Parts: sequence; structure tokens; C-alpha cells
Amino acid sequence: MNLNIEIKDEGKKTIVQLSGEIDVYTAPSLRDKLIPLTEEAGHTIKIDLENISYLDSTGLGVFINAYKSSKQHNSIIEIIHVKDRVLRLFQVTGLHEIMNVVPK
Amino acid sequence: MQNILKDTKIYTDLLEKFLQTNDEKYLMEAKVMSSSFVNRNIFPEEIVRIHMKAMDSIYGETVSEYKQSLQFLLESLIAYRVANSKFEQLNTERLELKSEMQVAANMQKTLLKTEIPTYKTLDIGAISVPYRQLNGDYYHFTEGENGILNFGIADVIGKGVPAALSMSMIKYAMDIFYDESMCPPTVLRNLNHIVERNVTANIFITMLFGQYNLATNVFKFASAGHEPGFIYRKATDRYEEMEAKGIVLGVVKKAQYEEYTLEIEVGDSIILLTDGVTECKRGDRFITKQELIEVIQRFSHLSAQEQVESVYNYFEQMDDFQLKDDFTLLIIKRFV
Repeated sequence: MNLNIEIKDEGKKTIVQLSGEIDVYTAPSLRDKLIPLTEEAGHTIKIDLENISYLDSTGLGVFINAYKSSKQHNSIIEIIHVKDRVLRLFQVTGLHEIMNVVPK
Repeated sequence: MQNILKDTKIYTDLLEKFLQTNDEKYLMEAKVMSSSFVNRNIFPEEIVRIHMKAMDSIYGETVSEYKQSLQFLLESLIAYRVANSKFEQLNTERLELKSEMQVAANMQKTLLKTEIPTYKTLDIGAISVPYRQLNGDYYHFTEGENGILNFGIADVIGKGVPAALSMSMIKYAMDIFYDESMCPPTVLRNLNHIVERNVTANIFITMLFGQYNLATNVFKFASAGHEPGFIYRKATDRYEEMEAKGIVLGVVKKAQYEEYTLEIEVGDSIILLTDGVTECKRGDRFITKQELIEVIQRFSHLSAQEQVESVYNYFEQMDDFQLKDDFTLLIIKRFV
């Protein structure tokens, strides 16, 4: 139920450091911060899930939203340090093959 | 009016006894009286008026500054009357909404009802328990004319009203376009096309669609990112995870799906589920795949319907069990 979102702006690249849980309670605040970042053409957003202990399908919906938005606005999303149950969720849903998902 | 006089008399009696004895039991009675005031919607400023009358009655005309202070207090409490009305209104709206949701849930149950067919060779069981009033899981059985049993299980991501509405879309899409000549990958490809055009950006749907040939006992299926089910093999007495890959519905415009084929022998079972089953929690942790298989196996001597219900009841009755999502479990056993 707790999610910490740290955003580091590095010019053409933004690093989004997440820790905690992405679920139905925390997904809306993640969406509010993440989607605007994808609306800049040519921008790269690296989302670090190293310290995410739980991701449910509502949380996954936020990444799908971000993916669709990045396609629409010509930005790039990369999801890094994905492991355990979180990685499994990306794999089972087939999203690891269309999104840039980098396992740990 | 009658009640105010009665209240004033009771209040005055209790206050007088308390002032004389300082006995706490009168404070307890004041608490009881307070509940009665709330239940009868008597507002705080009216209680101050009652208190002023009570003090006048006990002490004669009270000191005017004291009486003035109570007048001031009374005005300070008047806003509670408005706040309380708002609260009552919100409560009424909440109950109306809950009632509408129940109507919607009943409608959904009726519209999406599916008959579980009976066969001489197959025993089929199904259970679907929603997390809230509306179910975001869906399963459906239809008998084809050419001896094929078609069935699908789907999970709309998200909970509540938006998920349930999206799920109805799947049902109607299947009703309209499904043709018996379509193989499972084609069904999912078409559904993906419809879902992608019609859902909001954060909704997606996982689905497994299968066709069971009753004559040959060959099971063909395709999966759109759905939680893998299991096949129980009597020959080895083992549960094997069904490996099937495919992208969830609604994310890409054009999706391709693979067809998987399994031969089902006598004594084998096909077990399909949604992630509400695999994400059952015991206290702080999720149940493991092995634990789930053990529970399913524990009831495997029962009929398919009894088995699915027993599995659900087993989890529901665990002390530290938490249902986190809609729970759907289908079991298809070949017994001849």
C-alpha cells in the first residue's frame, strides 16, 4: 500500500526510482507522475523496479498506459531491474516481449 | 414538543442528582441519554437549551453571565445541524448507490450466465466468486454442432464497475462474431482487435480460449497473457503447468496468437483459473503453486463441481485467508 516515487531529471533522460508496492491504492499516484513524462517526444524514461516488492494487475495497467502513451508521443520507456513475481507478471502477460523490460 | 418537555425533565433530574452526589453512575446515564439524543436526531444546540432550562429549574434564575455564555455556546454548535444533514444525505446516497450496484450485479449474473454442459465422458465444474459486488472474471461454455466444446476464461484487469463493463463486451463480442470455423488463435486475434479499440488506456484483459473435441479428446487452446492453468496426468499422477504464451488483449492493435494442442487421456483433468486463485494470501505471503496443487489434489476424488467448491471453501475458511481478487476455477475431467 506504500509507494515511494523519486524522479531524477537528466536532460533527455529521466530516471524514475520506485520502492514499495504498486497496487490499486498506489497506482493512481504513479500514473499521475509517469504519464506526463511520456508525453515528451524523444525523451527516454527509465523506470527502476529494483525495490518494488509487489506489483498487481492494476499496477501493470499503469505501465501499459505509459507504454501506449510513449508510442503515441514518440518517447521511450525502459523498465529495469525487474525480478521475481514482478518479472513473472510481465512474462505471463506477454508484455515483456513488446515493452523494454530488462530483468535483474 | 412533548418529547422536549420529557427530555428536559429527565435531564434535569439526572443533572440535579449528579450535582448533589458527584456519583459517576449519573455520568453513565448521561451517556445513555446522549445515544438517545443522537438516535432521535436531537442537535447539540437543543441540548444546550435543555441544559439552560435544567439549571434554571435547579438553581432558580442563574447568574446572567453564565447564561450568556451558554447562549454563546449554543450559537457555536449550530453548524453541527447542517453538517449532520449533509451526513444523512451522503448516507442515503451511499445506500442508494449500493442498491443500484446490487441491481447491476444481479443483471450481470443473469446476462452472463452460462450453462455447464453435461457429457457422458466429461465431468465439468466451475466456480466464480467476485471480490466485490461486480465480477471482473468471466467464463463461458458453448457446445458446437460438430462435437466441439468451446470454452473461455477471462480476467478483466481492474476491479468493480469498469472491469465488469469491459467483461460484458467480451461476452457480446463472442455472441456476435464467433464462428465455429474459427480456431482459438483467430478468436483471440479478433477479440484483441475489439478490446483494443474500446477500452481505456489502463484496462486490459487476459483470456484463455479452448476447444475440446469430444470424439478425439484433443484439446486446442490459445492464451492472451492468461494465468497458466494445469493439466493433471493420471499416468504420472502429476500436475503440469500449461505453457501458453500470448499478449494480453487490448494493448497492441494487431496481435498474433499461437495454438497449443494437448491430448487428454482417461483420468486426466484440465484446470483453468484466474489470478484471484494464485494470488490468495496466507497472512503476509502468497500461497505457492505447490500449495495450490495440494489443495486441488486433496479434493480430486470428488466430482468436478464438488472439487471446485471444496477448493474455494478450503481457502475461504483458512484463518489468515484474504481474497484479493475475483476467484474463478474451472475443472474439466475426462472420466471415460
